Amino acid sequence: MTDLNKLTLKKAQKLVSEKQVKASEIQQACINQIKAVNGDLNMFLSHLEDPASGQEGALASLPIAVKDNVCTLDFPTTASSKLLEGYRPPYEATIMKKVKNAGGVVLGKTNLDAWAHGSSTETSAFGRTLNPRNSDFLPGGSSGGSAAAVASDTCVVAIGTETAGSIRQPSAWCGVVGLKPTYGRVSRYGIAAMASSTDSPGPIAKTVEDAAMLLDVMAGHDPFDATSNPDKPPSFVKSIDKKVSDLRVGVLYQDLEGLELVRPHIDKAAGIFESLGANVEYAEAMDPHYAISVYTIVQRAEVSSNLARYTGIRYGNDRSFFGDEAKRRIMLGTHALRKGYADKYYLTAQKVRAKFALDYDELFKKYDVLISASSPTFAEKIGASESSSMFGELADMLQEPSSICGLPGINVPVFRDPETNLFLGLNIVAPAWREDLVIQFGDAYEKATSWNSWRNND
Amino acid sequence: MTDNKYELVCGMEVHAELKTASKMFCGCKNDPFGAEKPNSHTCPVCLALPGALPVANKKAIEWTIKLGLALGCKINLFSKFDRKHYFYPDLPKGYQISQYDLPFCYDGKLETSLGTVRIHRIHLEEDTGKLLHKKINGEDVSLIDFNRGGVPLIEIVTEADIHSPEQAKEYGKKLRELLRYLEISDCDMDQGGMRLEANVSLRPVGESGLPSYKTELKNINSFKFMEQAINFEMKRQEKKLIAGEEIQQETLGWNTTTQETFSQRSKEEAEDYRYFPDPDLPPVRFTQAQIDEMKASLPELPTQIVKRWEGEYQIEPRFGSKLFNTASEANILDSLFSSAKNKKVAVDKLASALVNKQISLPIVESDVEKTINDFSALHSVEDVDTVELKTTIEKILSDNPDVKEKYSRGEKQVLGFLMGQVMRVSGKKLDPAAVRATILLSLEE
Repeated sequence: MTDLNKLTLKKAQKLVSEKQVKASEIQQACINQIKAVNGDLNMFLSHLEDPASGQEGALASLPIAVKDNVCTLDFPTTASSKLLEGYRPPYEATIMKKVKNAGGVVLGKTNLDAWAHGSSTETSAFGRTLNPRNSDFLPGGSSGGSAAAVASDTCVVAIGTETAGSIRQPSAWCGVVGLKPTYGRVSRYGIAAMASSTDSPGPIAKTVEDAAMLLDVMAGHDPFDATSNPDKPPSFVKSIDKKVSDLRVGVLYQDLEGLELVRPHIDKAAGIFESLGANVEYAEAMDPHYAISVYTIVQRAEVSSNLARYTGIRYGNDRSFFGDEAKRRIMLGTHALRKGYADKYYLTAQKVRAKFALDYDELFKKYDVLISASSPTFAEKIGASESSSMFGELADMLQEPSSICGLPGINVPVFRDPETNLFLGLNIVAPAWREDLVIQFGDAYEKATSWNSWRNND
Repeated sequence: MTDNKYELVCGMEVHAELKTASKMFCGCKNDPFGAEKPNSHTCPVCLALPGALPVANKKAIEWTIKLGLALGCKINLFSKFDRKHYFYPDLPKGYQISQYDLPFCYDGKLETSLGTVRIHRIHLEEDTGKLLHKKINGEDVSLIDFNRGGVPLIEIVTEADIHSPEQAKEYGKKLRELLRYLEISDCDMDQGGMRLEANVSLRPVGESGLPSYKTELKNINSFKFMEQAINFEMKRQEKKLIAGEEIQQETLGWNTTTQETFSQRSKEEAEDYRYFPDPDLPPVRFTQAQIDEMKASLPELPTQIVKRWEGEYQIEPRFGSKLFNTASEANILDSLFSSAKNKKVAVDKLASALVNKQISLPIVESDVEKTINDFSALHSVEDVDTVELKTTIEKILSDNPDVKEKYSRGEKQVLGFLMGQVMRVSGKKLDPAAVRATILLSLEE
């Protein structure tokens, strides 16, 4: 069997359990692929040199790429910042324990915008990652390394983290599936905090089913994370191959300026859901521009606080090792929390945030899921983020309203430009704790269309 | 204040470490003073490693509310933890998890013999690590020990109701008594388990508003020093006020050698802690029914117990209050007293024998019987042979010829001396009433 690195998680698991293939062979294929492409694409900051054996379990020693803001015992954890260069955590994240207990093997650590601040992976202190679909372009971010790792077949499946778009936007730009769970569904313990009130780790995968399989491993209560949901999560793979007929779909933001490029593709996707028997209509939501203000203030405030621990006393490097983007965010967040300003900025932002939540409550009375574009554009050219410090916000505008409300969402690719080989993505959002719905719709869409070349390997 | 032109206006802030088994936001052992070596009671959470998250200690929250209820506070049914930012090497996160605008308890009071002290608020937070400044290999170094970092710490803030150094001292002592009674804090002042701060200012007698300035006496680790420091500070401020000088808003320490306050930090600019609700910790909600239940399970408070004992057992309050520090101790005494009463033992005398350390206090419930037996043994009397007794008394009187003279001059205290001598010489446990009567007879002769 050739191209073992191209296998989906589902197929790889099947072949390994039927003893047709050894997990170590799959690992070796991924390692070979890393060695072949990582020099150009720079998605891995560190990786295995030789196959390693994992415990028995659903993930069957299969190789998983992990974003480098997730604490691991076997690899350094830098959050792509010089400040943490060479830092080896003495403990591992809860999701790493879960992945290992399920038999997964950490293949390596993937690049991100430093501290997950950004949507391009260009602000990494260890060099930008390039888009495997077309290396003149960016992979998006902040989980650009993980999305690119999946797109380049250097891993079977990957883990990313999202605050607002950081899983779904790079997944859209790299043409892969990215699932952001409900805030609190997956433990944050052991993940270098970005914006504590919105950070959500989730899977980045070749297919929706793979994403559901990995989410089944990652999800669940963690006594070390006070914000994690104590309820036992349902089995997410059970949402695969479920019909969407008679369910209600609201289409959002189609009248927004700047969406001319993606609009026809989202309309087409809406048409596909209609043809699958769903009731589809255009829906009206609160202006997502307000979400940018809310997110910018809340996220900066939390960032300024979360980065306060890097005082220079520990980790060997002082605060001069922060990059420009981190410094900008610390300054803005510090200002937003200042005495006399906190009411004007932080508290006002939290009030508007509550308004968005109420808006979604109303929307979900009428619709089971909401769909929109994952990003207003194809992947941007290399260097695009360097000219604008608000680069991420414009690209993330479509993600921020649901992110600040903690809602689950998934990106599935909807279009590939044959000339550039670049992708556009569809964003499916559901009420809190209804990842099952985004999986159900994502899977139904994926199977009703032919874009996903990996599915042929299934 | 010789001429009483000014009066003290003082509010206190007291920090006390709670003695929960584990720390405030992690599972580390809460025993900074018992730790075998520095940084042995630490984990990713209390070291603030990247990715670590706090989880609040339920017991510490319940104990804070317990104290609040004991001080008659109102309880916020919706409360939360906030981040308080400042940079200091002993604060690993760069912020302390504390409570800003919604403390667990507010509006209580503590009575002192010099007036009521209103409690403004009680909140729960985490303690910091400890810095050690040492010389190692000839080099000055600063070391950090995080064993204390993350230990639950409560802060009890009063209104500016304290009007004398004595009252400040009494308030502090009463608060410590209560914390120990509720068994939520050891209040070990030497180790920093309880720390006192006083905000001191003066106002002309007859005025009632708050003065426009205050100085903060900080890092004082004994009630005596606190009293001395407030005294000193009153004199210092009075002099300045009389001379028409402005008093600097500053933080002061107390130098126990020179007996003077000294400036630690001027407070011209208000610090900005950039408080905001900690997004890692969900808000804490209680129902009124839960609070009512906690209130009902609150132990009877020391003053009530002493009063009840006086009524039930005729135990003098000055004895009653000396017999216990904690609620568990008071419980054991209650069984002792009721059991003694059932056995027709004189409970008031039993209590005074305990205070005078003639017999030892029961440590556990099962000691009760033994204590009663000890007391009975103490007070069992041998039959008095009146002839023998009289001979003994005569002998003592002839050995001490001045005693009879003193007695006739009205110096009644010689009676005590004679009682003691008789008991000693006879070497027996005699009924004091009989001895006394016989001595009196001999003296009258």
